[in-house]
Amino acid sequence: MEPIRTPLYDEHVRCGGKIVEFGGYLLPVQYETGVIQEHMAVRNACGLFDVSHMGEILVQGPDALKNLNHLLTNDYTVMQDGQARYSPMCYEDGGTVDDLIVYKVHDEDYFVVVNASNKDKDFQWMKEHCIGDAVIRDVSSEYGQIALQGPKAEEILRKLTPEECVPGKYYTARFDAVVGGIPCILSRTGYTGENGFELYLPAAETARMWRMLLDAGQQYGLIPCGLGARDTLRLEASMPLYGHELSEKISPVESGLGMFVKLNKPEFIGHDALAAAGQGKRRRVGLKVTGKGIVREHQEIYQGDRLVGMTTSGTFAPYLGFPVAMALLDRETEEIPGTLEVAVRGRRVAVETVPMPFYSRKRRG
Amino acid sequence: MNIPKELLYTSTHEWIRMEDETTAYIGITDYAQQQMGDLVFVNLPEAGDTVNAGESFADVESVKAVSDVMSPVTGTVEAVHEELADEPQLMNTSPYEAWFVKVSGITERGELMTAEAYEAYLETCE
Repeated sequence: MEPIRTPLYDEHVRCGGKIVEFGGYLLPVQYETGVIQEHMAVRNACGLFDVSHMGEILVQGPDALKNLNHLLTNDYTVMQDGQARYSPMCYEDGGTVDDLIVYKVHDEDYFVVVNASNKDKDFQWMKEHCIGDAVIRDVSSEYGQIALQGPKAEEILRKLTPEECVPGKYYTARFDAVVGGIPCILSRTGYTGENGFELYLPAAETARMWRMLLDAGQQYGLIPCGLGARDTLRLEASMPLYGHELSEKISPVESGLGMFVKLNKPEFIGHDALAAAGQGKRRRVGLKVTGKGIVREHQEIYQGDRLVGMTTSGTFAPYLGFPVAMALLDRETEEIPGTLEVAVRGRRVAVETVPMPFYSRKRRG
Repeated sequence: MNIPKELLYTSTHEWIRMEDETTAYIGITDYAQQQMGDLVFVNLPEAGDTVNAGESFADVESVKAVSDVMSPVTGTVEAVHEELADEPQLMNTSPYEAWFVKVSGITERGELMTAEAYEAYLETCE
């Protein structure tokens, strides 16, 4: 299938973006500034991301809530209008279909945001397992999405919108926001570990919004950021990425997301398998590289001669200044300092387990 | 794109500065560093190691990925640019000063291009 251009494709080319294919979309992996500067801009000032590749699915009707509670592992029963809630979506065997965010617009009307590369699979899965009186619609092509992330995000946004349009709390959204004269959904969410916002808006208005935000943010050091920085930022903040820390072979519990799996709900797809598996055979850990080298995904972890796990993501963490990785470790592995090594291209590189998140803006002080 | 006239180049984007018939410095080109992006780690050989023309002798890691560095010649590593390990960004900012190794006792040279030929070759690399 021909890769799709997002509504911001021309903007990326104009801004000097290095375009790659990702999840069926043509997106910039970085701009001329490079991944490290883009990463640091988000930590210290602000960055602008095209996330139009994300999928948007509506779940509407009298049984909308019943469907969410059936399809997803998290519990959506008690929720305010405008509230957002993260959840894994599982197969019967406890493996993961995707992880996503559900916004409650109001009773009988929910807005679901899913990963680009899983969008079609998710939509099919949700439709096939739809129960009762509800309609599930893929509206992805109608929306563009922009993420404005970093400590200066709120100041920049406030230049273009009045205070009452800005959602106050993390994981809340305003569905009736107007930013720079453009009606949009304004959400206080993100995938970087920083304060920030995501804007969902009509595809045709996305490029105008992008330019407006860049202009408004220039004085604050706002720069466009690509997929490279998006990945290093989420990894530094220890956020899972589907296809890495989650997959059809990895349950959310193994990936440390047990708090989003509500086994006390009467039922949901995957409930019985997840209940039977308990804590599972593996667990997600954070690794700091103490030896020489960069650890990447899908590399074997050894304790002596024993294979004890596999890495799921790894890179040099630009803000921290050292390489980190996330991994699935056999649950019973003892975390004895100085005993874990990763096989990197025929060499052994020493690592040690460290608490996640690697980076937290609250700890930064 | 900076392509110094006095150096020779490989099709895999290494540069080589011949000191004399059997001694040379080796590094990666401006084009190579631009393609790889921000470089954050280099895995260098040790003095005394043998390098072989057309074979990997080092690897460099950008934020995104790892790349092999191929030796343009066969010989023995006489000196290693240890500072690169502490300041890998030198490969981005000054690729032609950021030599990896000094090789002596060169017995074989792979296919090398002049600056003009390399410049023309880069036209085909896009």
